[in-house]
Amino acid sequence: MGLIYALIAVGLSLIFGLMDVVNFAHGEFLMVAMYAMFGLVVVTGFDPILLTPVVAAAMFMFGAFAYVGVVRFAMRAQSNKGMVQIFATFGLAVLLQGVAQTLFSPDFRNLPGAWLTGKTLDLHGIFLPWPQLYGCLVSILAFLGLWLLMTRTDFGKALEATREDRGAVALVGIDANKVFMLGWGLGAALTGLAGAVLAVFYYIHPQVGASFALIAYVTVALGGFGSVFGALAAGIIVGLVEAATTLILPPSLKSIGIYALYLVVVLVRPSGLFGKA
Amino acid sequence: MTEAALLTCHDVTRVFDGLVANKDISIEIHQGEIVGLIGPNGAGKSTLFNLIAGSFPVTSGCIMFGGRDITGLPAAARCHAGIARTFQVPRSFDSMSVLENVIVGALVHYPRSRAARVKALEVLDYAGLSGRTAHPAGDLTPPERRRLEIARAIATEPRLLLLDEVLTGLTPSESREGVDLVRRIRESGITVVMVEHVMEVVMPLVDRAIVLNLGEVLAEGSPAEIVRDPAVIGAYLGTRNHAA
Amino acid sequence: MDASVSVSGAIAAFRRDRWREMALAGLLVAAAATIPLFVHDVYTMNVLILTLLYAALSQSWNILSGYCGQISLGHALYFGLGAYTTSILYVHFGVLPWFGLAIGGALAALVALALGAMCFRLAGHYFTIATIVIAEIGLTLIHNWDYAGAAMGIQWPFGPDSWASLQFARDKTPYFHFVLGLFAVTWLVTWVIEESRWGYWWRAVKDNAPAAESLGVTIFSSKMMAAAISAFFTAVGGGFYAAFLSYIDPDSVMSFRLSLLMALPAVIGGIGTLWGPVIGAAVLIPITELTRSFIGGTGAGTDLIVYGGLIMVIALARPEGLLSLLPSRSRESRT
Repeated sequence: MGLIYALIAVGLSLIFGLMDVVNFAHGEFLMVAMYAMFGLVVVTGFDPILLTPVVAAAMFMFGAFAYVGVVRFAMRAQSNKGMVQIFATFGLAVLLQGVAQTLFSPDFRNLPGAWLTGKTLDLHGIFLPWPQLYGCLVSILAFLGLWLLMTRTDFGKALEATREDRGAVALVGIDANKVFMLGWGLGAALTGLAGAVLAVFYYIHPQVGASFALIAYVTVALGGFGSVFGALAAGIIVGLVEAATTLILPPSLKSIGIYALYLVVVLVRPSGLFGKA
Repeated sequence: MTEAALLTCHDVTRVFDGLVANKDISIEIHQGEIVGLIGPNGAGKSTLFNLIAGSFPVTSGCIMFGGRDITGLPAAARCHAGIARTFQVPRSFDSMSVLENVIVGALVHYPRSRAARVKALEVLDYAGLSGRTAHPAGDLTPPERRRLEIARAIATEPRLLLLDEVLTGLTPSESREGVDLVRRIRESGITVVMVEHVMEVVMPLVDRAIVLNLGEVLAEGSPAEIVRDPAVIGAYLGTRNHAA
Repeated sequence: MDASVSVSGAIAAFRRDRWREMALAGLLVAAAATIPLFVHDVYTMNVLILTLLYAALSQSWNILSGYCGQISLGHALYFGLGAYTTSILYVHFGVLPWFGLAIGGALAALVALALGAMCFRLAGHYFTIATIVIAEIGLTLIHNWDYAGAAMGIQWPFGPDSWASLQFARDKTPYFHFVLGLFAVTWLVTWVIEESRWGYWWRAVKDNAPAAESLGVTIFSSKMMAAAISAFFTAVGGGFYAAFLSYIDPDSVMSFRLSLLMALPAVIGGIGTLWGPVIGAAVLIPITELTRSFIGGTGAGTDLIVYGGLIMVIALARPEGLLSLLPSRSRESRT
């Protein structure tokens, strides 16, 4: 599960690290992705594994659209930039929840028999559920791809450059708006992957985003804003800590381990583990 | 020079991660002087400036002010002790009006806000910004912002005022006004230490100049002496040669 | 001397503005106090009480986050602390809510100081997330603390109406006056702060901390002061809420949603201003309640769409808040 948290987190980290924008609707992006997968499965009858890239692509468009339609204006704010982002994206989150509720009703849903559901891998007596393994696989691949993208391609460098100095990049011919739009699309796509994966074994309902969102924010902050590797490392750590906590404490307290960890880390390293703040 | 110095630095050294920015700097600043702190780029002027202001601590050495050892004193306490500073890139409180910016400074010696307001208005008048008191600080032109920086610092009623490149990049008439302001400040009893690059403007203004190079004190003396000092000339010309 | 004449003139004008503001507030409060004479509908009364409560809460939040710039999204922690302290003291020990409110407030202030000591070294978003995390820890702990009722919450015992126990079953008017008083107090505190050295220091710290330091402001103690005052009043609001509803449970007094709702009126109305939270609450709460009642009942979620959309629009179109729509009220015109 840790890797899935990491996937969600890195999408957020990308967006935040890029533009100093905290996306409070990130959880809802996840929810949208899950519903998208649900809808596609119902409509086309294809297996989720095949549809995963489709969902990711769709989310990419969604994220880019969200930027163009909403966030771009939020970033123009002269004063109180932080607050505007938080509340504008919060409004978006509520809006998305409302839309989901209207379209799909508040009921819990889950994907009907996907190829991987219920299957487990027997590793010398340890049973690992296949859906989660699939998630790990996707996550690792995604991180690899992302790392390559960030370090090897022009786009990746443009992203970094725009993050560091928005004004200067214009002089070099980089259109900050376009870069951000693509960045948001990418962040959303990553979340889309996470959502697609989760949809296989998690219940889908309009509030599902909220529970993951908080963990995502903590994960990103723990890893340090702006650091892709940090998000990955933090995600894994968070997953492990959560599992460890459930062994020691009653299940309703499982999140405390993560929260306490965040506080401890941040006291020692005020910018998170690998943050570039 | 029988009177004790206002500010003394004894073998002040500051090291950043292995880079020695200031090495064994020992200088004295006397009450009522205008002292220029000059030197080529990278000489360590800003570091020394910040050490005196308290932005970060010395690695070794001690700083005395008014007879008191202030080496361990944090920045806010140094302000209360009588050291005020400006920032090279003006750091104004943009959500507040010009007047309110200066009030923050005035509160040091006039804790009741009504009295601070009166003091602030007077200082703004002195600095030539009376017409702009109600404007948000963010609306000011760059030269006006510099004057606001200075006004704010003066409002704390310092004994020593540290000016960070306040005369750089001004038009000739703005320069003249700036020089005039610094002179008036000295006349009101405040000692001034200025970090500067613009030699032509600074030399006629200061009583004394301290030249830094590569983190150490290179020379000290009156402007006339400094300008003829071969070591100083070498330091500046040398830098220029390397750049070319 | 022209200078001194203009100085004293400016001062006089300033004092006039200040007292005019106070007079306006006094008038509004007095007018509001008469509302119960005209309004008898319980539902409307509830909405009004909630509006005033949120105005007070948002005003308290504004002190730390608006003026001092330390954006906290975990203020529900203090609200819950106040609610639970007051409830536990009353239900288990028979301590009158009046004392409970004060004790809850003091406790919250202490907690705020302790947390501040830990967290004020954190910058921007790290700090905000830390506040969220801490509040969540608090929520989770309460959920599992049987003495405090765990997930079932605490029910106040039924009794006769009385001001001593702040219980009024039939007529909600006394609640209204109490919360009006609370709001008036928070407004007054903010008004005083605005012209006090603390207010200037906090705003300086918010805008540019190193510059503030160079002007003699001790950043840390400033933040602590703001945090303590903010927490105190938030907790008092929480205690009131407990008395008002006579029942509390963890999710209704310590959830993240609540933290956001406390901040929202200030942001919408104008963060860091005196009247912002008031306007924000006056606009937001009635709309929230109305949309929920008229549209939300179907479970279709359209109320959320409206609500979310509205927030988005305001946040984007008017980031300085609705207050900026009224030109005469902006702070810059005051000197």
